[in-house]
Amino acid sequence: MLAHALNVLLSGVFHAAILFLVAAGLQLVFGVQRIFNLACGSFYALGAYFGVSTVTVLTGAGLPRPLFIVALVAGGIAVAAVGPVVERLLRFVYDRDETFQLLLTFAVVLMMEDILRIVWGTAPTSTGGLYLIYGQVRALGVTVPVYNLIVIAAGIAIALLMGYMLARTRFGRIIRAAAENREMSEALGVNMRVVYVKVFTLGTMLGTLGGALVIPSTAAMSEMGIDLIVEAFAVVVIGGLGSMRGALAGALVVGVLRAVAISTWPELEMLLIYLIVIAVLVFRPRGLFGAAAA
Amino acid sequence: MKARIAVAAFALAVLAVPQLGRDYYSILMLSFFAYATVLLGLNLLFGYGGLLSFGHALFIGIGAYAAAVLTGKLGVLHMEAILLVAVAASVLVAAPVGALCVRYVKIYFGMLTLAFGMLFYSFLLKFYHLTGGDEGMRVLRPTLLGFDLSATPKVQFLIGPYYYYSAAVLAVAAFVMWRIVASPFGLCLKSIRENPTKAESLGISVNRYRWYAFVISAAYGGVGGALLGPTTGQVDPNLAYWTHSGNLVFMTLLGGFTHFFGPVLGAFVFIYLQDAVMSVVSYWRLVFGAILAVLVIFVPGGLVGLVTGRGVRPGIKAMRESPR
Repeated sequence: MLAHALNVLLSGVFHAAILFLVAAGLQLVFGVQRIFNLACGSFYALGAYFGVSTVTVLTGAGLPRPLFIVALVAGGIAVAAVGPVVERLLRFVYDRDETFQLLLTFAVVLMMEDILRIVWGTAPTSTGGLYLIYGQVRALGVTVPVYNLIVIAAGIAIALLMGYMLARTRFGRIIRAAAENREMSEALGVNMRVVYVKVFTLGTMLGTLGGALVIPSTAAMSEMGIDLIVEAFAVVVIGGLGSMRGALAGALVVGVLRAVAISTWPELEMLLIYLIVIAVLVFRPRGLFGAAAA
Repeated sequence: MKARIAVAAFALAVLAVPQLGRDYYSILMLSFFAYATVLLGLNLLFGYGGLLSFGHALFIGIGAYAAAVLTGKLGVLHMEAILLVAVAASVLVAAPVGALCVRYVKIYFGMLTLAFGMLFYSFLLKFYHLTGGDEGMRVLRPTLLGFDLSATPKVQFLIGPYYYYSAAVLAVAAFVMWRIVASPFGLCLKSIRENPTKAESLGISVNRYRWYAFVISAAYGGVGGALLGPTTGQVDPNLAYWTHSGNLVFMTLLGGFTHFFGPVLGAFVFIYLQDAVMSVVSYWRLVFGAILAVLVIFVPGGLVGLVTGRGVRPGIKAMRESPR
C-alpha cells in the first residue's frame, strides 16, 4: 500500500518537474511581457526532438553512453536559439491588444508542429534504451529509474537557480522591475527591448530543456507540444499567472493529482485538473500565488 | 448597397454549385455551411462583444454529439429534432458556463473558455462507454423535413437535399443574426465592447448582455456542430479540442471580424484554401500558421478589411479597450 502510494507520488513528482520547467517559461514571459505564450508547448516539443538528435549524433561520434544526459542538456539549451527569432515576430504586436498577441503565438504553434514533422518525420522518435542506463533504485518496495530521480533533482536545482537569479542578481532585479512597471523601468535606463529578448529566450530555454529532459522516458511526437501546453496552462492558472512560486506549486498539484487519478480512476485524469482550473478561476482568479486579481 | 449585391451574388452562386458537377467541391460546401453558422455566433461574442473565446469548439462538439446520440443511440432521425436538441443542449450548457465566464474579460475569459472546452474534450475522450472514446460515434443519415432519404446514394444525398437543407439553415441563421446585431441589444453589445464602464453608467447591465451574447453564440455553435455531423457521418473528441477552437478564431480573423459577413467569408476561404494546400503538400499547418502570422501583424481587419479599405487601423482600435 505504502509502496504503491510512493510509486504514484514519485511518478507524479517526475511529471511535475517537467511541467514546472515549461510553466516557468510561460510565467516568466507572461510576467514581464504580458503575453500568454501558447508556443511554449511547441518549444517543449522542439527541445524533445532536438535532444534526441543531439544524443544520437554525439553518442554516434563516440560520446560514452552514460554521458548522454550532458548531450541532452546541451541540445536543450542550444535549441533555445529559436527564442530570439520568435521574439522578433512577436515584437510586431507588442503595442496591440493581447487577443492578437495570443493569436500570433497560436500561429507559431501551427507552424512549429509542421516544422517538426518536416525535419523529423511523422513517426515517433526516441533515444532508444538510454532511459534505464543508470539502473533503477529499489527501496521500501518501490522501483524507480535513477533517471527520474536525476530529472527531479534537476527540476529542483533549476527552481533554486531561478529563485536565486530573480531575487539576488542584477538581471533578476531588472526582470522584477520590468514586471512591476515597464514605463518606470524604461525611464530609469533599462533597455526594455534587450530585456524582452533575454526574457523570452530564457523562457524558451526552460521549455526546450523540459522537452529534452523528458524525452528518454517517452517518445517524441509532433503533437506532444499542443497536449502539454494545456497542462502547463492548468499549472499557471492554479499557481497564479506570472508567479514563479505559483509555477512550482501548480506543477506539483497537477503532476501529483494526475498520477493519483491515473492510478485510481483513469477516466478522471485530466477532467479533474480542468475542474480544479475552473474552480480556481472562479473562486480565486489570481491563483495560489498570483499577485494581482483579474 | 455593394455589400448587399455581393451577398445576393454569393447566395446565387451557392445555389448553383451542385449543378457544376464537381461533387467534391459541393461536399466541401457542407463544411462551409456548418462553420459559417458557428462563426456567425462566435463573432457576436468576438467582433461585436470584444470577448475572445478559445473554447468555442465545445459547442460544435455538443451539436455534433447530439446528432450522433440522437441518430445512433435513440433512433431519432428527424434533422429538425436534432437541430432543436443541439440548440437546447448548447444553451443548457452555455447558461451556467457563460454566467461564470462573462465575469471576466480579455485573457481570463479566453482561459476560462479554454478550460471548459478541454473539460468537455476530456469527458468525450475518457468516458468511453458513453461517448465511444477516441473513436467517436457514428452519425446515421437523418430524415429532412420528414422525408426518408435512406435509399438515396450517399453523395447524391449530400450534394442534393442535404446541401440545400444546410444552405437554408445557414441563411436563416444569418438572417436571425443580422436582426440581432441590428437590434438595440446588438447596439448595446457594441457599446459594451467600446467602453464597458460608460455602457454600465448608461444603464446597460454589462454582464447580463455579455451572457446573452455567450448563450446565443453557443446556440449557433450547436447548430453548426449538428450540421457537421451528417456530413462526415462520424464525430470524435477532436471536435472539441482547443486547437479546433483556435482555428475558429483564425477563420474569423481571416475573413474579418469587423464586418458582419467577414467570418462567413473567412470560413469559405479557410476551407477551400486548406483543401487546395493539402492537395499539394500535407503541411497545411505551416502554410496556415504563416498566413495567420501575416494576418495578425499586417491585416488584422482580414480579407473584408482589405477589400473595403477599412483594413488595419479601425480593426485595431475596435479591439482596444478604453484607457483606464
